Parts: sequence; structure tokens; C-alpha cells
Amino acid sequence: MITTTTPAVPKAAARTKVLQRQGAAVALVLMVAVSWLVFPRFGSLDNLRDLALQGSFLAVIAIGMTFVIITGGIDLSVGSLYALGGVLAAWGSQYGFLAALALPLVVCGAIGLINGLLIARTNMAPFIVTLASLLFARGLLLAITDEGANTYKIATDSAFVELGRGTVLGFGYPIFIAAVLAVLGGMILNRTSFGQNVFATGGAEQSAILLGVPVAKTKIVVYTMSGTLAGLAGALTAAYLQSGVTVIGVGLELDAISVVVIGGTLLTGGMGTILGTVIGVGLIKVIQNVINQIGTLDSNYQSVVSGVFLLIVVVLQRILRR
Amino acid sequence: MPTDPVIEVAGVTKTFAGVQALGDVDFTLQRGEIHALVGENGAGKSTLIKVLTGIHTPDAGRLTRNGHISTIYQEVNLVPLMSVAANLFLGREPRNRFGLIDRARRNADASELLRGYGITADVSSPLGTLAVGEQQMVALARAVEANADVVIMDEPTSSLEPREVETLLGVVRKLHEAGISIIYVSHRMDELYRICDTVTVLRDGRNVHSGPLKELPRIELVSLMLGRSVKEIEKHGTTAFGEGHHADTQPVLEARELTSRPRINGVNVSIRPGEVVGLAGLLGSGRTETAKAIIGALPLDGGTVLVAGKPVSHNVKSAMRAGISMLAEDRKTEGIIPNLSVRENIVLAALPRLSRFGVISRSKQDRIVDTFVKRLRIKVSSPEQKVAELSGGNQQKVLLARWLCTEPRILLLDEPSRGIDVGAKAEVQALIDELAREGLAVLLISSELDELLDGADRLIVLRDGSVAGELEGDQLTSEHVLKAIAAEVRDGSDDHAVSHQNGN
Repeated sequence: MITTTTPAVPKAAARTKVLQRQGAAVALVLMVAVSWLVFPRFGSLDNLRDLALQGSFLAVIAIGMTFVIITGGIDLSVGSLYALGGVLAAWGSQYGFLAALALPLVVCGAIGLINGLLIARTNMAPFIVTLASLLFARGLLLAITDEGANTYKIATDSAFVELGRGTVLGFGYPIFIAAVLAVLGGMILNRTSFGQNVFATGGAEQSAILLGVPVAKTKIVVYTMSGTLAGLAGALTAAYLQSGVTVIGVGLELDAISVVVIGGTLLTGGMGTILGTVIGVGLIKVIQNVINQIGTLDSNYQSVVSGVFLLIVVVLQRILRR
Repeated sequence: MPTDPVIEVAGVTKTFAGVQALGDVDFTLQRGEIHALVGENGAGKSTLIKVLTGIHTPDAGRLTRNGHISTIYQEVNLVPLMSVAANLFLGREPRNRFGLIDRARRNADASELLRGYGITADVSSPLGTLAVGEQQMVALARAVEANADVVIMDEPTSSLEPREVETLLGVVRKLHEAGISIIYVSHRMDELYRICDTVTVLRDGRNVHSGPLKELPRIELVSLMLGRSVKEIEKHGTTAFGEGHHADTQPVLEARELTSRPRINGVNVSIRPGEVVGLAGLLGSGRTETAKAIIGALPLDGGTVLVAGKPVSHNVKSAMRAGISMLAEDRKTEGIIPNLSVRENIVLAALPRLSRFGVISRSKQDRIVDTFVKRLRIKVSSPEQKVAELSGGNQQKVLLARWLCTEPRILLLDEPSRGIDVGAKAEVQALIDELAREGLAVLLISSELDELLDGADRLIVLRDGSVAGELEGDQLTSEHVLKAIAAEVRDGSDDHAVSHQNGN
């Protein structure tokens, strides 16, 4: 007989939107205010500059992740792609600025494209596909560096290093790059048909298909974007560290997912904002910074606190959606 | 009558995995007409729609389309989390001079457009916050805005409140006046006769009738759908099935004024021990919903269920404890667990009774399974055989066994013989008969009129979620059933619109 699936998101959706996004923002403001008062060093310009710089690398990755999660997907490969991007940039830097920048973007973008093609065309679960590329990229990385024994250095006087270490008013270039990408990302998400397609794909995939949304194409593009941005974050990190470090980025995909979700993007897709993600990055980085300030606390507590935060947000999402 | 077809199909045949869904179907939609497409479950309506919209390619036949087709499905196929305006203009967003979406204009255009459909909701709020009827209107507005020449509406009113139905029908008329052709799929006679010009009746994948609707009496239409001739007035009760159930006077099950808007409205059902009561009605008349309401699986707006005179709390656990069991319509999704064995499937529902302190007695299980396999004549190589390996008929018997071993007093059977072969069907029917003889109260739901007329002692006829008539004895004929289904509703509301037929 007839069963109608009534979309069960009455006022809850609106409530979720307000409380979640604003919730993260309020938490951030409170955290900053309290830290400022309690830790005199927190408010110093140096500390804030450092905080923003640390956050910018994660933010670049999380922007891509936001798009992926809004389509209802997940990208586990970004941590490995981040490390791979860094090593490729360091290796490429011997051939000049352009090679150092283009190589990680192209290679990581290509791996993202393959993720997208597999997910969109074969209907495999994003979790599995990107888990496979996580292993693939990490393995590739170890292979080209002789299991990490071979570290590629970037010449300190090269223009590429400037990309990671250069500053304006003391604020590092990566901060501005992340900011520009965030603004662009927000614009693409909310003001282009591609962005609308991203929301539609994650909100109700079957309906989106019937509405004529190019769902497969949308998925391919978001995974390509996510891979490319992870490569870019890796390149910026390499420029900043002046070498391609093989061991970084392990578990970074989980940090990226956490900040996106803390920022109010629904893990089930269909709803989310770039601004929320940026706030999520800020929140996590402030927490880490404060735990460092306390000094006596083991840095592992950073993960403990981040974990608790994530849990609170997810539980709130559940409750508010009822 | 001038012919200006927008869609014309001739001799269309479509077969899925050896089963013919459409056989040599002709169908013509004239420009500007509202064409009713009716038929029972499995008659081929959805396949025909999918052929018309190009989702399916027919195996044979000719298809001519002279326009852009838009389909409105029963479920609203929009994105609930996106704003109303975003849904309305998805894919056709208004741009500003930088090529970016002009949100202010999108909202203004959306508000303006929807006002024409009687919707004044905030267009920037998520679509999911609107009532279902309003969402449907948005879908309709979207279709029209996309310059559709043809709009196909598949059961658009099935989940709407009466007031929303009125608005929707008003909009349909407006579209009609604007020259848009409409294919209207519905089971609601009143709606069809109010708005449709022509009708096509499909049955078993064939076009059994096409013509002006107004000239076709309701009873003729229903009999075409069900495949029963009106003249063929046969009296039942001479076959073995359904005869001589000993019926006690006190009902064991009494369901009073069951209401779950908009699906069922004030339905009364009472069954005595040893009695088989059939629920008749067209697709969407509220048969399954009534059964689900009785067992507590459907949220109620009102009504009570009494077992042996005592009220039962409205939840499945209480209902089962009171002795009500239900065999669901869809074996695959609501019943059988294919990878478990026959034994495990049978004892599943009786586990709480078979276990002590969480430990399940295997010997008790084996005894019960053995009894039922023999009694229901389930053909298995061993009780450990996987249920997935059994035929449909035997799977159904396994499910029946599952509920019987909970020792129910009332058994609700929703389409017990759907999808099983003729031989197995007869066996299942014989079993129902046998169980009733032993004192079980049975509620039988079937879309096959014959099965109901043969198997039931009494028939409750539902129409649009209300009881349209109750038949027993000599009245158990297809003619009486058809009359009850087809009877006209006098006023707009459908509460108890048709007088109950009294026994003579």
C-alpha cells in the first residue's frame, strides 16, 4: 500500500541551524575571552599570529572536506595527501616555484579525481574508496622517500619558502591564502549553481537526480577539490617547514572531519557552511593553544578535549533534529 | 472532437525479467485535457508513466511526445533541507551581473510565484518546515515554472488533509485553464470525477478502457479496475473456504474509531473468535493502515483497541502481549530474515517465551519448529535450511508459523497470498480456514476480491480511510463490494459517508 516518506525536518532544521552554527561561534568567543583573561600570553600578538598560522593549514583541508561532507560523503585520504603534497612540493622545488606548487596540486587533485570517479560512477561507499587512497597515498609517499629516510629539503632562499614563511604585518601568507579560499568557498557554496547542486546531492540524492541535478558530476568535483586542497595544504606546510616531512598528517583527516562537524555541517549531508568550518578550526586551535599554555598538561589532552567537543556537537545535532 | 495529442503511445510492451508489465498498450493524451490513469496495484501505471517520461525504453511499440513532461510524484521529490526558493529555482537560479546567484531576486520571484498557488510561507526557510501539502504545491509550481506542457501527478493527494486537497485541485484546474495537459493518477473516485475529462483503466498491464470519464458510471469504473463484470452477480459461500466458521457472539477484538490522519478516519473493526473478517477497498483506502493501527504500529489521532473487552495500550509490544499478531504485506522487508534458518525465523517472535534468564531452550525450539513444519506443510530439507532458499509460498508459511507460535488470539494478515504461486495460495487459504475453525480471530487483507469473498465471513469495505460498508451473508458478492466502493460521497468530508448495509 501507500507509504509516504514525509521529510521529517520540521522546525528542527531551522533550530539546528541557529543553535549549531551560533553554538560553535559562542563557544569560540567564550574560549577566547576566558583564555585572554586567564593566560596573559594568550592575547599576545605573537601567540595569535602563531595560532592563525597553525589553523590555516587545517582550514585549507577542512574547506574541501566541508564540500565533501555536505554532499553526504567523507574523504579519509586528505591526511595522506597532505603529507604526499608536502614531499612532492619539496622535491619539485628543485625545479622552481611553479613545479613546487603545481606538482602537489596536480598529483593530489588527480587522486581526488579518482576517488570521485570511483564513488560517483561505481557507487562504492566513500568511506571505503577514500580509505583505500589513504593507504595508497601513504604507501606511495614512503616508497618515494625510501621509507622516510630520504628527506627533500627546500632551499632557504627559494621563492617557494617565501610562500610558507613570508608575512604581512607579521601574519603569515598561509593565513591570507586560507582566508581567500574560505571566502571563495563560501561564495561557490552559496552563490553558484554548483554550490546548490552540492546541497541538493547531500540533502536528498534521489530527489536531486529527479530534479535534474548532475549528482555524479558534483561528487567528482568535490572529491577533486578536496584532494587538491589537501595537496595545497601540504605544499604550504612544506614551504613553511622548508622540507617535505613524511610523518606528518597521520590522522589529520579526522581533525578535518571534526572541525567541519563542530562547525555545524551535518555529517549526513545537505547542510553546512564554510564559516562554521572556519569557526570550528578556530575552536580546536584555541583549545590546543590553551593546553600548551597550561604547560603542565600533557599535549595528548588536546585530543581528549577535541573529542569531548565533537561528541557534544554530534549529540546536539541528534537532539535538535528530533 | 479535435485531436491534438501531446503524448501518443501505440502497442507499447515492456517486460521485466520475464514478467510482462505492459502488453500492447495504447494511450493518447490530448492537449489540454486532464486524463485519469487508474488501475490496481501491479496494473502497470508506474511502468507506463516511466515509459512516457523516458525512464524506461519500451520493448515494442511507438512513442510520440510533443512537449516537455514533468512528473510530480506521491512523495515530494524536493530537497527538504534547502530553502523553498532554492528548491523552486534549483538549476535555473537567477544570476546577477557577476554570474553569481541573486538571492534577493530568487526570494522575491519565489514569493511572487507561490502566492499564485496560495502559499505565503517564508521562502527562505527550509522546505522541510512546510506542510506536506505546501511542499507538493512547491513541486507543482516548480514543474509549471519549468515550462512543462504535460504534468504527471502520481497520487498527489494521498498524504494530504482534505483542506490541502481542495487547494491542490484548485491549482490543477488553473493549470488546466492555462492549457497544460495533465495525467492524474489517483484512486479517489470523488477527485477523479471532479476534475478529470478522460480516463484510461489499466489492468494486468493492459489498457482495458479509454474514454470520457463523465459517461462512465462509477460502478463500471470500479468493475473495470477490479476485472469484475457488473452483470456477473455471483453468490459466494458455496465453496469450502470460508464456510462454517464457528463464530462466538462476543468479539475478541474491537477497534473503535481508529483515526490516523490523513490515512484512516474513524474505522471500526470487530472480530469474534473463529471469524474471518475481510478488509476490502481499493489501493490507498487504508487497509494496511487499519491493520497497523490495530497492532499499534501507526501513530493514532484517536481511537481505542480492545481485546476481550480490555483496552490495549497503543504499542506493538502491548498488542502482542494481548494476543495480536500481524503478518506484514512485504515479506522481504518486514518479515523474513533471509540468511537465518527456518528454525531461527520461526522462533524469533516466540523467543521471550522460550527463554529463561536469557537462555533459550533448544529442545523446546526444535519441538515447536517440528510441529509447525508438519502442520503448515512447509517444504524444507531440514529446519536448518536458510529461508532464502525456500519458495515464496513456503517463506510465507514460515512467517505464518512465526506468528502462530506466539499463540495469538487475533491474527492480522496483510496480503498473505501475494507473490506466491497458485498451489501455495490455495494451501495458505486452507490454513487460514483451519486456524479460524480452531477459534482464531482473523483479519484478512487482500486486493483480490475473490480471495476475500471466498475466505471471509464478513467484509468491511474501506474507502478513502473510512468504512464505506459492512457486508455479510448474502451480501458477500462482488456487486455489493463494488457498489460500496463506488458510492458517491454526498458532502466534501468523507466521515461515514455511506450508510452501512444492514443484514437482511
